[in-house]
Amino acid sequence: MALKMVKGSIDRIFDKNLQDLVRGVRSHREDEAKYISSCIDEIKQELKQDNIAVKANAVCKLTYLQMLGYDISWAAFNIVEVMSSSKFTYKRIGYLAASQCFHDGTDVIMLTTNQIRKDLSSPNQYDTGVALTGLSCFVTPDLARDLANDIMTLMSHTKPYIRKKAVLIMYKVFLKYPESLRPAFPRLKEKLDDPDPGVQSAAVNVICELARRNPRNYLSLAPLFFKLMTSSTNNWVLIKIIKLFGALTPLEPRLGKKLIEPLTNLIHSTSAMSLLYECVNTVIAVLISLSSGMPNHSASIQLCVQKLRILIEDSDQNLKYLGLLAMSKILKTHPKSVQSHKDLVLQCLDDKDESIRLRALDLLYGMVSKKNLMEIVKKLMVHVDKAEGTTYRDELLTKIIDICSQSNYQYITNFEWYISILVELTRLEGTRHGHLIASQMLDVAVRVKAIRGFAVVQMATLLDNTTLLAGSGQHKSICEVLYAAAWICGEFSEHLEDPVHTLEAMLRPKVATLPGHIQAIYIQNAAKLFAAVLNGQQGTPDCQTMQESSQLLIDRLPLFVQSADLEVQERASCILQLVKFIQKLQHKEVEVGEEVTALFAGELNPVAPKAQKKVPVPDGLDLDAWINEPPSESESEDEKPVAVFAEEELRHARPHHTEVDEKELARRREARKQEQANNPFYIKASPTSQKGYQDSTGVEHIPVVQIDLSVPLKVPGMSTSDKYLKLEEERRQRERKERGKKEKKKKKKREKRSGMGRRHDSGPESEEDIAPAHMVDIVTEEMPENALSSDDDEKDPNDPYRALDVDLDKLGTGNPQRPLADSEKLPVRAHRPTNILKSPADDGEVQEVPKEPKKKSKKEKRDKEEERKKSKEEKQRRKHHHEARKGPEGGPPTGEPIQSSYNAELEPALPTAAPVEASDPDFWLSSTLLSSKSQETTEATPGPIPEKAADVGPGSEPENTKSSKHKKKKQKKDKEKEEKKRKKQHGHSGDREGEESVQNGTLEEEPLPPMSNYSLLAENSYVKMVCDIQGNLQNGSQVVVSIIFENKSTSFLKSMEFNVLDSLNSKLQRPEGSGPHDGLTVPFQLPPGVSNEARFIFSVQSIVMPQRLKGTLTFIVKADDSSTHEKLDFKLHFTCSSYLITTPCYSDTFAKLLESADLKGTSVRLQEVSLPFHHLLAKICFHHHFSVVERIDSCASLYSRSIQGHHVCLLVKYAHQTVTIDAKCDESSLLGNVLEEIKKTFSQS
Amino acid sequence: MVAGSRPTSCRNYRCWIERLNHITESKTLKFALEKTTEDMEQQIIRETFHLVSKRDENVCNFLEGGLLIGGSDNKLIYRHYATLYFVFCVDSSESELGILDLIQVFVETLDKCFENVCELDLIFHVDKVHNILAEMVMGGMVLETNMNEIITQVDAQNKMEKSEAGIAGAPARAVSAVKNMNLPEIPRNINIGDISIKVPNLPSFK
Repeated sequence: MALKMVKGSIDRIFDKNLQDLVRGVRSHREDEAKYISSCIDEIKQELKQDNIAVKANAVCKLTYLQMLGYDISWAAFNIVEVMSSSKFTYKRIGYLAASQCFHDGTDVIMLTTNQIRKDLSSPNQYDTGVALTGLSCFVTPDLARDLANDIMTLMSHTKPYIRKKAVLIMYKVFLKYPESLRPAFPRLKEKLDDPDPGVQSAAVNVICELARRNPRNYLSLAPLFFKLMTSSTNNWVLIKIIKLFGALTPLEPRLGKKLIEPLTNLIHSTSAMSLLYECVNTVIAVLISLSSGMPNHSASIQLCVQKLRILIEDSDQNLKYLGLLAMSKILKTHPKSVQSHKDLVLQCLDDKDESIRLRALDLLYGMVSKKNLMEIVKKLMVHVDKAEGTTYRDELLTKIIDICSQSNYQYITNFEWYISILVELTRLEGTRHGHLIASQMLDVAVRVKAIRGFAVVQMATLLDNTTLLAGSGQHKSICEVLYAAAWICGEFSEHLEDPVHTLEAMLRPKVATLPGHIQAIYIQNAAKLFAAVLNGQQGTPDCQTMQESSQLLIDRLPLFVQSADLEVQERASCILQLVKFIQKLQHKEVEVGEEVTALFAGELNPVAPKAQKKVPVPDGLDLDAWINEPPSESESEDEKPVAVFAEEELRHARPHHTEVDEKELARRREARKQEQANNPFYIKASPTSQKGYQDSTGVEHIPVVQIDLSVPLKVPGMSTSDKYLKLEEERRQRERKERGKKEKKKKKKREKRSGMGRRHDSGPESEEDIAPAHMVDIVTEEMPENALSSDDDEKDPNDPYRALDVDLDKLGTGNPQRPLADSEKLPVRAHRPTNILKSPADDGEVQEVPKEPKKKSKKEKRDKEEERKKSKEEKQRRKHHHEARKGPEGGPPTGEPIQSSYNAELEPALPTAAPVEASDPDFWLSSTLLSSKSQETTEATPGPIPEKAADVGPGSEPENTKSSKHKKKKQKKDKEKEEKKRKKQHGHSGDREGEESVQNGTLEEEPLPPMSNYSLLAENSYVKMVCDIQGNLQNGSQVVVSIIFENKSTSFLKSMEFNVLDSLNSKLQRPEGSGPHDGLTVPFQLPPGVSNEARFIFSVQSIVMPQRLKGTLTFIVKADDSSTHEKLDFKLHFTCSSYLITTPCYSDTFAKLLESADLKGTSVRLQEVSLPFHHLLAKICFHHHFSVVERIDSCASLYSRSIQGHHVCLLVKYAHQTVTIDAKCDESSLLGNVLEEIKKTFSQS
Repeated sequence: MVAGSRPTSCRNYRCWIERLNHITESKTLKFALEKTTEDMEQQIIRETFHLVSKRDENVCNFLEGGLLIGGSDNKLIYRHYATLYFVFCVDSSESELGILDLIQVFVETLDKCFENVCELDLIFHVDKVHNILAEMVMGGMVLETNMNEIITQVDAQNKMEKSEAGIAGAPARAVSAVKNMNLPEIPRNINIGDISIKVPNLPSFK
């Protein structure tokens, strides 16, 4: 045995190790594959040996090969072997290999569960660490379920190294096993307060990641994060939190209001660019959420835009890029403020960096107006010509089209110009966006009637131009344009100058090289053209042209009859026969023109793409039932194309009509006409309605305005778009002149008419108003009256994050709906998700047990409800679908905009979704900024308000106390007038905010007195200091003093220096290198009337005694002409309460604590306290950092912990205006002092 | 979330890629949900390298990766040190500038751990690089950003490895030392590959 060992170890020396392998691969560049296959053979041999070291070496090499792209999954079992080695060295190699090559489908993963569990509980922290790291890469749903409990335990490991990894990996576990989220969440939340910054940051990381996907569920954590944001100094954490707030603000506008101030401060004070950038980003998000009616935020926008401008102008390309990125977000809501930086954006368009150019392009989208559209597009066209690399050019192309077509071609004043631009774009080689151009052409030609003539001429030129045809082989996409061109020429053939010529162009043999669907369109439209030719020649004595064109068709079509494409073949043969028949008739000199034209008669009307889908099914209409008689074949045929029509966007679907057999088409047209004639809602195409504005309400399409022919319509040949720029200029000048004249006239008129109600002519004079040359039939807004919004349920059902959409607010102790006991175990291996709910019974917590079924049933109910909802939705959707399929093609012809009915539909749904979640931040948000701490105190309990928290103690019914009544009333109100209340609260919190900057501790009001821990520190005529003293959550010997400096004078305060005389026990923490008596510079300056907050950290040795520290603030007062040096003395009072930290405690733990003998007790009695009990509790909680553990009637237990880990337990009883406080603590002098302070609080009030 | 991070280096038009992290974040990369084949990974790397390497010196360090890296939410963020590219693929939950700093921390850490890191170090000690990265990024999420903390943990683990190897490890070490010594290739390459990592001051970020 020993011999074998020795032999193995000697063998190993001569085995190739990783370095040898790397070297070998590098020296065999020519025959790498061969070399590696020989290496793999060696490795296979090594893996067969018993020696674990040899195996590990082999696996290590395999890992490298995997990185080079070789499949190593065959060695998965060997990897597991190496993973289970007892030596850390090999274990690490094994886990690394596993993390590289294991995935959900690897079957050996099943074998690893126990090994991983063993490693997780290993006494060696690095074994655990390596296992966690590996697991994070290959965790599967099974592993997650089986190991969730073990990882949960690790979250409270003694070593921060393990804690932080365990916290982080929980996210992966949640993803794979969403059921674990609820039980694990309380602990995760606890980790936000972890003393180790790494763990804290990991917890923030995980919660932010969760919240990003389902922000609504995490709204209630906002106060907690707000506190972290104002207390953390770790930039990573700050960035995460600020990003999270960016995701939360859209859900809760009031949160935004609260954030603006601290964020603005951060923007001013921070020197870290990354932090600055994220702050700006979130402020933007806030502003977007507040966008309506907050005039005083224009300063914030200005600030953001300014900062962004600085970023964009920076020479660092990274900052430039990010600046542009953020700018585009502002653009959406505040285009005006961005537009002023147009110069900058245009400049960036010339940047050599493609990423920056792309971002600048995004911005351009919002910069256009009617005035500058042509200029900007011209500039882009120049870029298109210059651009190298098709990706950027394609991007430019789509942007040009986006910019022009945005909001229904709002900015296009001249569609001839636009058509020319589109035609120019077709000359681009190798673009991928042929169909985009094509669909634009179709769209414009169909919707802008006045442009059809011009468009047809242009399209005819395109068809005639053979370059597109020639290139069709390589550049597949661009020939899509021909599809549009052919269709437009065919459909609007009456505008063609020389239809015969175009007909000839469409039937060239080369056309056969085009893709099938385009050929089909060619043939179909050749037939239309033919019809037009016949019709045009009708009545003229000379019938030669007619016969020529029939002959042309008969000559050319056989080529297409032989086409491999079925569609082409079918159409060609059908039309060929038709033409032959017509030719026969022609020989007999029968007039056929009209009949042939009738094949294609009827006009296409544009309809909104979603119009059909949104028609609700009327009650009692069963769409599945047959209306008349069992199906005939023709009917089922009929349905198919219509279904296509409903599902696709109309624009693309429109041409599909022509694909139907033409007789069928004619039949359907006839039917439709009939139907329209009978439909009272359909506005018939009477000549009058086409011409002028009719004031009928249900105008189906806004009639086309007659073009003011200031631009000559006829443009010979291929036009270039440039000339339109000039023309536009001229036209504008002319108009200006005319307007000048008109104005005078109008003025007179208006004087006459004043007082006669609406002024009809005020519109055209608004600054941007340039009379467009053509009007668009605006159809996207056109919807049937009571249509439903179907956009909302377009969520991707496969979204993996949906599973994590769990309501977490109901977690916590004492809540009647409480689903989980704090000690509840996550399901261990045997457990199935459905069993989770049973586990609290295992804990032996009797009082919890009866609640379980209740909760369960509730949950079930909810589930059922959801199900019902879903099925309902589905039904509805199906119904829509049917409706869409059956509905008439012409679309429901009502002109009512849809928006109003949307809202009506959605409104009632809101309250049911919101109430619980909303209630939490509700309180926090509407209360003062500083009392966020009182929310803190009760965070363990679900209620946000102290009294509510107290109410929900297990023994008491909520109806018992006044406060709950109050609350009930409030809830009722909520339901009654949600809307109103919201508004009210807006105003309310707005008012409060005004007071926040001032000290608001004095503000008392009946239901809940606003409280502030900020107490006056010192004040003189220049400056006022209020301070709040808090124990540092992360460091047992630190106290954080937040001081708000307020400039009361009218001059500028600068160079503020804060200094404190250290005592033996307490010292101000100064930066390294400064002496023990040096002051700290306050990191900001104060303009008149401004206040700002700074934080100072003190290290404290003993916390059992209160302390006073003397300090001085020196500063320079800068008036207009002079500056003086001033100082202000103050005394910092560290109370013992400030060493306490609000810590949630569960009642069972609390009971155990009291039972243990380490705590010493004392009691105190307060006489003549006239406060209601819940006020009293709130006060203790707030000012002395306690949390309510349990409350029964007028008796409550409270808990807190000092920064050095002393437990403080209180039992507060209240009777006849006398309060008795029995207290226990493991440090009696601390307790004595805390009680003393509590006494003082009440004697003051 | 950092989707995958792979420093790449290039010489003689041949792509040398040390892929440091498996594409761990399966959600950001669509295909990673199914089996991510080695071919697919290689293709991503190739394409990423292609994208990154053709960029000029003075352009921004962000790249919108397009479809290959999983859609518009994701970005490539890279830093370029001499012949080495450090590329991170992140989604919108990460701060762009933060990741740039993270790369900086990573490089500095490598520098400390290898004592003047050069390209060859990274090529020959892929496993070590992996281990260092594992202390910074875990399962696609940033774990630790404090360099000292990272180095402490890496050193502690290396120490443990050494003590485990003990006497048995000595001959193996000796042989590999001899092997390294005998090869003339090494010193030559160090000259080429040696990178002077400039360590710009980033006082702003901790």
